[in-house]
Amino acid sequence: MKALLATIAKLITGASARWVGCVPDIQQRVYFANHTSNLDALVIWASLPPPLRALTRPVAARDYWIKGPVRRYLANQIFNAVLIERKKPTAHDNPLADMLAALGDRHSLIIFPEGGRQAGTEMAPFKGGLFHLAKDRPDVEFVPVLIENLNRILPKGEILPVPLLGGVSFGAPIKLESGEGKASFLTRAQTAVKALQK
Amino acid sequence: MTNLKLDKQTIWLVGGVLALLVASSLIGRVLSLRVRDEKDRATVQNLNARIRAWWMMVAVFGLAMATGGIGSVVLFALTSLFALREFITLTPTRVGDHRTLFWVFFIILPLQYYLIAIKWYGLFSILIPVYAFLFIPIRSAVAGDCEHFLERTAKIQWGLMVCVYCISYVPALLSLEIPGYEGENGKLMFYFVLVAQISDVLQYVWGKTLGRHKIAPTVSPNKTWEGFIGGIACATAIGAALWWATPFTPLQSAGMSLVITLMGFGGGLVMSAIKRDRGVKDYGNMIEGHGGVMDRIDSLCFAAPVFFHFTRFFFT
Repeated sequence: MKALLATIAKLITGASARWVGCVPDIQQRVYFANHTSNLDALVIWASLPPPLRALTRPVAARDYWIKGPVRRYLANQIFNAVLIERKKPTAHDNPLADMLAALGDRHSLIIFPEGGRQAGTEMAPFKGGLFHLAKDRPDVEFVPVLIENLNRILPKGEILPVPLLGGVSFGAPIKLESGEGKASFLTRAQTAVKALQK
Repeated sequence: MTNLKLDKQTIWLVGGVLALLVASSLIGRVLSLRVRDEKDRATVQNLNARIRAWWMMVAVFGLAMATGGIGSVVLFALTSLFALREFITLTPTRVGDHRTLFWVFFIILPLQYYLIAIKWYGLFSILIPVYAFLFIPIRSAVAGDCEHFLERTAKIQWGLMVCVYCISYVPALLSLEIPGYEGENGKLMFYFVLVAQISDVLQYVWGKTLGRHKIAPTVSPNKTWEGFIGGIACATAIGAALWWATPFTPLQSAGMSLVITLMGFGGGLVMSAIKRDRGVKDYGNMIEGHGGVMDRIDSLCFAAPVFFHFTRFFFT
């Protein structure tokens, strides 16, 4: 079922994955990407080789994905998503704790630091979760990913896709320098994603 | 669809093309073993990639013909789909066009090819230029986004015309009723594609070997007068020599081939101008060595409707 969905996603988007700065690896990673469409996580996930797919979990907003049986099915059975509380995080129920728990010692994550799907062409500033993850898990590789055109294939608010050509590019991992501050790291991360534009 | 006769002429046509491909592959192989400097190596690699893609195209085309026509309709419908996808990806559309594009890809495109399959000339010749042309702006206007409205509408209509309407005229050749040529239209379609594509290849070869005076350097730096004249002349000669597979006399075949090759050149030039405008080199990365479906069929698009209508006017 998952393999079928991945194949369909690749067919509809004609998505070709460009591995520009790294190659697929079993090494634990956090893939961080710009967010444009509900297809984003699916296409990134489908671009990974099948053995890596089982170990890579997208991080998604719980408030959106528990609404309705279809979304719940997709989030839990198909993607094995990490559902986080983004509207009202508390000390016990917050995104960082969930993400760290999900990473564990084998898994990789796909996150969207902008927070939500962006309607315009400009990237929104990255939220802090990425920085805290990098601080707590220096052993994990942080790989920038650029998503292109998926918002034209399935715009926010639409259900039916239009088969245009979309793309996903994986860049070189970035590392949190010792003593580097949040703002600096987040700016560097966003620059790394933008730099993947051809 | 009519059952396409597998007669001696078809075998000669297909056999001839296969022989040509085998010879090209051998030449390509020899060249790749003997090439010395880096620039030539790149050219030879490009040539060999093109030849490989040609084998694949011939195989797919042959398979389509072998299924008695319906395979060809499906093949060109898929070709249109991939070409349209490349074209629309390249042209800026807005969210307001999303539903319109859904209509274009999933309703208008299949409908056009369905009409071709059932040979309803009266409708397939006007569905897109009349009905789709009018529907597209209406649907986009209803969606409410007026920014760059005329541009967006025009671009979608253009994409539909070139990628769907024009290309659909290739399998439409199978629907022409030419007296004395019943059931043989498959050869005519093969002849058309062959002449158009060989003209492309020969212009490239002549251009690479003798090319000096550029025709439209701002549009396409590779097109030279030497390539143009050499390629068109050779392709026309080849087309004339293939008259026996067509309902034409040798002179008529030469005339038709000239029309095909000239329109093919025009189509290639226009698609290059569009690419330049959008700032891309190739339309996509679908067929290895060719940089996109659109790049392969740009010589077919403009030639197909003209060839169809010339044949229809003079020979049916």
